[in-house]
Amino acid sequence: MSDVHIVGAGIHPFGRHDDKTGLDQGVFAVREALADAGLEWKDMQFAFGGSSAAGNADAMLPHLGLTGVQFINVANGCATGGSALLSGYWAIKSGEFDVGIVTGFDKHPRGAFNPDPESWGLPKWYGETGMMLTTQFFAMKIMRYMGLYGVTPMTLARVAEKAFENGAKTPHSWRKQPVDAETILNSQMVSDPLTKFMFCSPAEGGAALVLMSDRKMRELGLKGPRILGAAVRTRVNGSFEVFSPSLDVERGPSPTEIASKAAYEMAGVSPKDIDVAQIQDTESGAEIMHMAENGLCAHGEQEKLIAEGATRIGGALPINTDGGCLACGEPIGASGLRQVYENVQQLRGRSGERQVEGARIGYSQVYGAPGLSAVAILGA
Amino acid sequence: MAAQPIADNLVTTGPEGPCLVGGRRKSDGRIVFPMPTGTEGENFEPVPISRRGTLWSYTVQRFRPKSPPYNGADDDRSFKPFALGYVELPGQVIVETRITTDDPSKLKIGMPMEFTLAEFPRASGDTVLTYAFAPKA
Repeated sequence: MSDVHIVGAGIHPFGRHDDKTGLDQGVFAVREALADAGLEWKDMQFAFGGSSAAGNADAMLPHLGLTGVQFINVANGCATGGSALLSGYWAIKSGEFDVGIVTGFDKHPRGAFNPDPESWGLPKWYGETGMMLTTQFFAMKIMRYMGLYGVTPMTLARVAEKAFENGAKTPHSWRKQPVDAETILNSQMVSDPLTKFMFCSPAEGGAALVLMSDRKMRELGLKGPRILGAAVRTRVNGSFEVFSPSLDVERGPSPTEIASKAAYEMAGVSPKDIDVAQIQDTESGAEIMHMAENGLCAHGEQEKLIAEGATRIGGALPINTDGGCLACGEPIGASGLRQVYENVQQLRGRSGERQVEGARIGYSQVYGAPGLSAVAILGA
Repeated sequence: MAAQPIADNLVTTGPEGPCLVGGRRKSDGRIVFPMPTGTEGENFEPVPISRRGTLWSYTVQRFRPKSPPYNGADDDRSFKPFALGYVELPGQVIVETRITTDDPSKLKIGMPMEFTLAEFPRASGDTVLTYAFAPKA
């Protein structure tokens, strides 16, 4: 068993890049990560990579060098990036390898996804009658949560306001224009209670991280945050997930709750120890619910915490310091790795205007359809 | 000819009138909707689902969903927002459903809901029946 460190981190800015393919953006991120670590592609003993809509990740090989490296494509929905990280983490932790890279990129068409019912094992009428939209799921999950815990629409707006505020301070973000809470609240209603500015959009981008064993890191004189704990979990009976024509009356925990608990146990830290967190914010409501599902607060506390500014940079628990999915968009293959990239920058004190002072422990959680969550906890 | 249901084995006539068909898993009695088909269906038996329940959550679909898979006869201009949500049928299952209402702003979690059938005009020109729930008067 070896400790695993992140010794290099690279990113291609998220957003829209008409002159570049998804692959170009992935290759860019890999080169940045290698340069950050002071290593070369030929030094990599393995690679795990993912892309959902921009081709096979291993199509990067001719660009990076045909070194014969074992490259494994990862596909795990919106949690693809998180899953690539876990795969690399296990490869080094097992003692099999000393150094490798995890990467992801994507480039999605504009607008909401339009899934095919049959490829999800669902009847045709479900899609025909207009019930197969991810936006509806997010809206109904937060609508119930608001009813149960007294979260108000203004709190949804404040989450998006904070995202755009942070995005404006982040070189790799897409949305760099601050938008005030009133404007967000009064923008076009998409699926009640969520307005247009409360949703993230599919986008483009790439991210890459170089992982290394403790032994190799000391040998080469490198430095980087250690992965204290990491876990992926899928849904259990009673969890509420996208595209569910029915749910069990007996409710159960979400995949995020069980992945989070496992990662805290591995890391030997508690939610109180977290200095900075990047959590899945597909829309404003997701960030609010994920705060509690990740143990960062109790259910219902969000209303007060967010009003007080606790989740802003400078607050007691800064969340989504680079603007999250709301300000960066969501290129599926890269999104989970962007979160970890951001934590690496925070723990190394390289975040400039958005730096969380003295950040020592960083938490990340990416959630994806049809019901899985990947959590990673890093220590400086 | 009267409109036909959008799918076979979706609705039936129970003791209290039309209702949804669910599947009860033979091994543990867990109820799911819709009734599973194919090989998986062999593990379930069809059961009528209660016509009455309470609203578990809801939203309003404000823009015309992409086609495919959406197959409504409307277009972007004639599309009318519709409510949908989950209705808890106590002791059985929570089902996702369209909601028939003139005023979605009156929907409240926990309110009593009742099963109904609703006409659904399709892009192909025919009109079929789909299921819905409505706030109970």
